[in-house]
Amino acid sequence: MLEAKVEITLKKTIADPQGLTVKHALEALDYGEVEQARIGKLVTIRLDTDDMPLAEKRLDEMCRKLLANPIIEDYTFEIKEI
Amino acid sequence: MIENTGAIDKDIYRALGLRDEDYRRIIRILGREPSPTELAMFSVEWSEHCGYSRSRSLLKKLPRKGRYRVLIGEDSGGIVMGDSAIVFKMESHNHPSQLEPKQGAATGVGGIIRDIFTAGARPIASLNSLRFGPLSEPYNRYLLKGVVDGIQFYGNCLGVPTVGGEVYFDESYSGNCLVNAMSIGIARKDKLARARAQGAGNSIIYVGSSTGRDGIGGCSVLASQEFGEGDEKRPSVQIGDPFTEKCLIEATLEALSRGGIVGIKDMGAAGLTCSISEMAFDGKAGIDADLDKVPRREEGMEPWEVMMSESQERMLVCVKKGREDEVMRIFHKWDLNAVRIGEVTGEKVVRIRNKGRIVAEIPPDALADAPIFKMSSKRPAGSGRIKRLNARKLPVPEDLNKVFTKLISSPTIASKEWIYRQYDHMVQAKTISLPGSDAAVLRLEGTKKGIAAATDCNGLYCYLDPYRGAQIAVSEAARNIACSGAEPAAVTDCLNFGNPDKEETYWYFENAVKGIADSCRFFGIPVVSGNVSFYNESPKGPVYPTPAIGMIGIIDDTARLCTRGFKNEDDIIILFGETKEELGASEYLKEIHGVVRGPVPEINLEREKRIRTAVLECIKKGYLNSAHDCSEGGLAVAVAESCFGDGRRILGAVIDNLKEKIRLDALLFGESQSRVIASANKIMFNQVRKIAEKEGAPVTVIGRAGGRRLSIFRGQRKVVDVPVKSLYKTWSLSIEKRLERGS
Amino acid sequence: MRFAIVVFPGSNCDRDCHYAANKVLGEKAVFVWHKAKRFPDADCVILPGGFSYGDYLRTGAIARFSPIMKHIVDFAGRGGLVIGICNGFQILLEAGLLPGAMLRNSGLRFICKYVHIKTENASTPFTASCGAGRVLEIPIAHNEGNFYIDGKGLKELEENGQIVFRYCEADGKVTKKANPNGAVSNIAGIVNKRGNVLGMMPHPERASESALGSEDGALIFKSIIDHAGKR
Repeated sequence: MLEAKVEITLKKTIADPQGLTVKHALEALDYGEVEQARIGKLVTIRLDTDDMPLAEKRLDEMCRKLLANPIIEDYTFEIKEI
Repeated sequence: MIENTGAIDKDIYRALGLRDEDYRRIIRILGREPSPTELAMFSVEWSEHCGYSRSRSLLKKLPRKGRYRVLIGEDSGGIVMGDSAIVFKMESHNHPSQLEPKQGAATGVGGIIRDIFTAGARPIASLNSLRFGPLSEPYNRYLLKGVVDGIQFYGNCLGVPTVGGEVYFDESYSGNCLVNAMSIGIARKDKLARARAQGAGNSIIYVGSSTGRDGIGGCSVLASQEFGEGDEKRPSVQIGDPFTEKCLIEATLEALSRGGIVGIKDMGAAGLTCSISEMAFDGKAGIDADLDKVPRREEGMEPWEVMMSESQERMLVCVKKGREDEVMRIFHKWDLNAVRIGEVTGEKVVRIRNKGRIVAEIPPDALADAPIFKMSSKRPAGSGRIKRLNARKLPVPEDLNKVFTKLISSPTIASKEWIYRQYDHMVQAKTISLPGSDAAVLRLEGTKKGIAAATDCNGLYCYLDPYRGAQIAVSEAARNIACSGAEPAAVTDCLNFGNPDKEETYWYFENAVKGIADSCRFFGIPVVSGNVSFYNESPKGPVYPTPAIGMIGIIDDTARLCTRGFKNEDDIIILFGETKEELGASEYLKEIHGVVRGPVPEINLEREKRIRTAVLECIKKGYLNSAHDCSEGGLAVAVAESCFGDGRRILGAVIDNLKEKIRLDALLFGESQSRVIASANKIMFNQVRKIAEKEGAPVTVIGRAGGRRLSIFRGQRKVVDVPVKSLYKTWSLSIEKRLERGS
Repeated sequence: MRFAIVVFPGSNCDRDCHYAANKVLGEKAVFVWHKAKRFPDADCVILPGGFSYGDYLRTGAIARFSPIMKHIVDFAGRGGLVIGICNGFQILLEAGLLPGAMLRNSGLRFICKYVHIKTENASTPFTASCGAGRVLEIPIAHNEGNFYIDGKGLKELEENGQIVFRYCEADGKVTKKANPNGAVSNIAGIVNKRGNVLGMMPHPERASESALGSEDGALIFKSIIDHAGKR
């Protein structure tokens, strides 16, 4: 059994008003050192297989096809055995 | 045969909310000690939330007769109008919203809407009656934002427009906000569904989301207790899934139209326990169910956990034998769980199995027969004193412009646009009166008719005088309905009070219910459904007694819809009713003088009816261009709100014919009842006067609409004079400004 | 002519579109379930508003893989008219039938209100009855209406006349103040290069009768009906 953690984030060129709001909220709580905050998504997927290379290939397809919209989002993932 | 279990510890059944005498009664009913599952089932069915032990007998006094035939179902009620049935109800979700405002409000919306479509009615609108502590407190700002977010998150996704409601802010609600959600649905009158299980051999099918540990004991632990300092009883709050519910709406309505369904019930408070017991009881039958078949989201759940779970978006359906596949196929088409978990039996027993053993065996009559408590009520000390107001100690302020501007920006009075812009109020293309009017109005396609809806209740009035305050709540709702051109038709209520075991609190409850009963009976408006929410208290004490009234009305011809805003330059402004020197209990007294006391404005039901009838008749005949009732903030605020309308066109006004010789501030801001501010083309006034005379309703032309300022005169002296656009800005941006100010 | 209105799990405005097309404008309209085996004969396909699949993951992201979408891609490929309204627009973007993507409203809140949109291109089958430059009053109701496309893409849209509607003031001026959600270049609706697939955020089906506040939305349906009639 493998478990993948996929991180999906807005492309750097896309404005992130949610992240900006969070930054301001943290500043209001006296965390003035916060330079920037960006909001993304974490998708945790359990894969019923032990074939790591195949899992990586197919997970990459899943990201490109569905999990991330390549026009506005980037993704990274890591897979480990559980 | 259920295995015999040993005696249950006193501490356990007491922790579940059962008294010693309840436990003894359970033993008498069963002829033995209850199993843990049985104990859990009794504790939730007999809890205040499900059993209404403390309120049932009083609620029986509410009238059920009116112009339209009344429908009283198991979980909702309504009226019949022609070929249609209009089903509606209001429910509270106060305690969960105080803890987790977004999900608390969301699941509140979800729950009430389920009660509507399980009756076979398509939900066509939602309204919400909300109360929070002052926005100067950060937690209250958090609550307002969260609750509005929850309502929009759930309601918008369901495609049910949120079209109206009310929001009040008062210190009394700090620590215990009130979130009352109302929903309205339409069905063909011959297509309504019942929530009962009947016919031995018929199947019991579980439909919807899987069961988890959500809100276990939420019913008996949450709703029947106050919030203590430690908040240790912080139970899990349910998470709403509006997408699943949307699919449930479509699948349910489709399945009901195909036939084959004997009964259907939402799994609301106390989930499976409530739905199984009550369906059996209402169907005068028995049910045998196997918990192994119940779709679960978590592992290792005990049978009592499965029975008590309050996981959302689940329903129980009783299906005619042989038609199970047909019905389940419809739910599967919408990607919903649909699983046969049991059957109806001829034996009047609710039998629950788990892992091959019987874990509960109870006669449904026993579960449904929650104890009726004998309550005692006592008039609170000081309740007479607090109604006295020495107005001589309150000077009339010098700068009334400043006072007016401050009052109009107070959150209870200020525009709620920040809120309703977040609600899809147009989906289903039925909404013909946009927010910013006295009542929401929905058209009924294929007919000329429309349904008007409004919610009302002034908690302070009810605190100072519960009987009169409740009568005013009913009267005001009816007045709002009439101002839209509709005839008040039926009521649902959501009665929010503190701990009823305290005699003073029960006194408020008793008198409020009496006020509702007497005024509804007088007006001929039936109470068709409702909800009671007790234990609304924080360490500071109980909230104001708040019997929220949700009313619907019928418009015969939607071409005669009437809205709040002035329409034309030079239209005359008409006051129906009279202003008395009544400063007591007013928003003005509280906001400007910091005084919270006084006699609640008088309400004379006969007079109210005459004035309302006159207004409605004038609207129906097309004589009036706008109508708006006077409430918090009095006449000056009502005129200002009429100047603002729905914000798309703002007109000024000159009020120069106020006749009453009373204190100036009472004239402008006092909250005398039974008054309506209307506008009309001046050539119409003769007709208006004729109708008013016929009804015995006082009517006066007090000024005219137009121009860029709002000016009010007393004789020759200008006492209020402000540019209307800047007043509008203050009013419309007030809440947004307070929320953004943050700290 | 015939409208085919696709129903996804979570679609909300399908019945409103049916009412506008059939009861108000008098044309035939049928519902098509997203898993329908056969695609009906139709002159125009409507992808209605709502929350298909709850807007989970990303709005329109899951609906775009529904079995019916293959038929719709074929239909559009053959020149059939497709109009995506609100969630429908979002699905067309995810499916690649229209360029660009949808982000959350810059104000981070759901907005329901009447807005003004300017008809930037009246040469499409969807806007011929509107007239160039005409300002329409049509309501929006969305959480994700912030249309995004990169600089190169935007230039292409402009050069090809693919921008059909822009948010504007009542007098037609396209200003920042009139932009309710941060959409790039105030874009409220676009069409594909071929001109037969339109996506728009405002809801014309909610503005096809004066009782509801405006009849301007009917102009879009009328354009479609006239175009289909000519063929």
